[in-house]
Amino acid sequence: MAGPYFIKIQEFLPMKHTLSVLVENEPGALSRITGLFSGRGFNIESLCVAPTLDHTMSHLTLVTSGDEYIIEQIIKQLNRLVDVYKVVDVSEGEFVEREMALIKVKAEDETRAEVLRMCDIFRCKVVDVSPKTYTIEVTGPESKLKAVMELLKPIGIKEITRTGTIAIQREKKTL
Amino acid sequence: MTKLPGKQMVVEALKREGVDVVFGFPGGAIIDVYDAMEKDGNIKHVLVRHEQGAAHAADGYARATGKVGVCIATSGPGATNTVTGIATAYMDSIPMVVFTGQVPTSLIGNDAFQEVDIVGITRPCTKHNYLVKDVHKLPTILKEAFYIAGSGRPGPVLIDLPKDIQNQVAEFDYPDKIKLRSYNPVVEPHTRQIERAFKLIEKSKQPIIYAGGGVIIANAHKELRKLAEAIYAPVTMTLMGLGGFPGTHEQSLGMLGMHGTYCANMAMANTDLIIAVGARFDDRVTGKIEAFAPNASIIHIDIDPTSIQKNVKVDVPIVGDCRRALKKLVKVIEEDGRPPEVWKEKYQPWWDQIRAWNKRHPLTYKTEPGVIKPQYVIEKLYELTKGKAIVTTEVGQNQMWTAQFYKFDEPRTLLTSGGLGTMGYGFPAAIGAQMAFPDKLVIDVAGDGSIQMNIQEMATAMEQKLPVKIIILNNQFLGMVRQWQELFYDRRYAATEFSVTPDFVKLAEAYGAKGFRATKPEEVEDTLKKGLETDCLTIMEFAIAREEGVFPMVPAGKATTEMLLV
Ligand SMILES: Cc1ncc(C[n+]2csc(CCOP(=O)(O)OP(=O)(O)O)c2C)c(N)n1
Ligand SMILES: [Mg+2]
Repeated sequence: MAGPYFIKIQEFLPMKHTLSVLVENEPGALSRITGLFSGRGFNIESLCVAPTLDHTMSHLTLVTSGDEYIIEQIIKQLNRLVDVYKVVDVSEGEFVEREMALIKVKAEDETRAEVLRMCDIFRCKVVDVSPKTYTIEVTGPESKLKAVMELLKPIGIKEITRTGTIAIQREKKTL
Repeated sequence: MTKLPGKQMVVEALKREGVDVVFGFPGGAIIDVYDAMEKDGNIKHVLVRHEQGAAHAADGYARATGKVGVCIATSGPGATNTVTGIATAYMDSIPMVVFTGQVPTSLIGNDAFQEVDIVGITRPCTKHNYLVKDVHKLPTILKEAFYIAGSGRPGPVLIDLPKDIQNQVAEFDYPDKIKLRSYNPVVEPHTRQIERAFKLIEKSKQPIIYAGGGVIIANAHKELRKLAEAIYAPVTMTLMGLGGFPGTHEQSLGMLGMHGTYCANMAMANTDLIIAVGARFDDRVTGKIEAFAPNASIIHIDIDPTSIQKNVKVDVPIVGDCRRALKKLVKVIEEDGRPPEVWKEKYQPWWDQIRAWNKRHPLTYKTEPGVIKPQYVIEKLYELTKGKAIVTTEVGQNQMWTAQFYKFDEPRTLLTSGGLGTMGYGFPAAIGAQMAFPDKLVIDVAGDGSIQMNIQEMATAMEQKLPVKIIILNNQFLGMVRQWQELFYDRRYAATEFSVTPDFVKLAEAYGAKGFRATKPEEVEDTLKKGLETDCLTIMEFAIAREEGVFPMVPAGKATTEMLLV
């Protein structure tokens, strides 16, 4: 028989989890969710909120981390909020995740071609051009964004904005 | 369909929800609701002297009756004054609806006079809250508020009413029933889980039932007793669970945890199966969690999934209403058909062990000639009231002595702030309980410190002609803190001694109430008798042994077996 033990002991390594949360489009709903995380000492690595086809609901993608028990608590605590309709741990199964970044990078004579070449390799788009900069749009999993940023850093990144992760579960491939 | 202004909608909703009494304090931002209540004339309003008192009174009313308690306050300071009361109710899962006035919608966010973002402030300590911005939504919000407060794991809900909304008119379409797509508490427990629970019970040699406040909230005391008697298992209760199982029952081990009985804590430490019902493995119960019940499997029944597997790993989680779960479990046991004697025999060695523990260290205290021991006062109080009173407590030693030495046989007879531990709770809560039960004996067991936190409500009790009895165990100390200082801070009594305390007898008289004082043990019984016989608000003050401690005690952070004993 398994005895009880202190669950907060990190028995499992903290893992990243991507939660998909459907919540009533009510004032205060978002603040309830963020308040829950700060009040209970859970962390939010990224948070992305957007409308859904049903205008009475909002969709929230939340990246957090913790061991199995912490994630279980987070999901239960979210579900306990009166405004929360549904919580899915997208990262439990197969899923696609994407993030977008807009990166304003220095592009002077000697580096302009280099930046374009990298855009090409990573399939980024140039969305704005000025005599001394390119602004490029990069989309992909977080790892790709990181890679692009690492490579552009030596050239000189002037500014970055990122969307935060969004994710969706893959449909079953078999019947 | 009728058109009504917002203020009148509030009054109509109160009536439809069966609210017969509300507790409150007016102000400019809520004056319109008050006016509508006055015109209507069907709702009894208790005017308190401080909004914290209103919130605790509504809470006491709710705990004593099981109904939703209601309180009303104005915007700004009125609203913030209710916060401690709201948080108190939240921590103990008490159904309550709080109405606050708010500045007109056009001024919200302007730092207007007496504006405060009470919805923001109370978000972490309410089950849900609303700022009403559209009067058309008010009927639904009112219905939702009462439904949410009272269903699932109950809790306080706040409705913030801007002044203009109170006066705007809309259709009053009050729903009879409500269904919320995002809020559906699971009440019906899973049958398979119940069967799994029974398998564990069958296997167990040393089970214990650990009952919490959920038993009382769910009105599951009868079913709990059936379960306990069916399998002849020992029962221990949390502070919030006292009364959920008769304290005088031969199977009761009393309270467990920091100031629990020796046998309850030893039984928890040695059990092989914990049947947790409506309890949440709070730190005051588990002590050092790594050392808690090392050999136990756990069955955990609770309506709130977040309570399960929060602090300890659970083998059989049962999400649902305690009463339904216990009913189902009892049914499975009955179908199994083993008579109680079989279980009794099976658990005989376990019971022998438990009785030996209890014999070794029963709940007790040392008597001293010429000095009133607080435990003696509570014992006498229990004797004289035959355990039939509704007892509220303040917080501190007075609370623990009451929990230990008054035997609560019935649910909803001990009203105490368990989760938040709010000094100043007991007296206004007693006012709320007495409003609900005018003919019952309602007693607040207080400390000299706590009673001063809401002493102003004496005027409220007098005004309402409520014969609440206040027992002050006066040790001239903030006793519980002093006890910690004595034990763990080398007796450095930093800020725990008042050099000025009012003469409580005179204070009672100043309010038009009665006051009695006992300074010697032989006066205790007489003072209690005199005090309990009055028909009005009464203070009975007992000058108790100043440095008496509450024992057993599990020092914070220690294993529950490491008890300091008398
Ligand atoms: C509002 C509030 N402030 C502070 C505390 C911390 N506290 C817990 S018990 C206690 C002492 C209470 O003194 P008293 O009412 O005289 O009760 P006693 O312990 O002496 O019986 C204090 C200060 C609290 N629980 N609540
Ligand atoms: Mg005291």
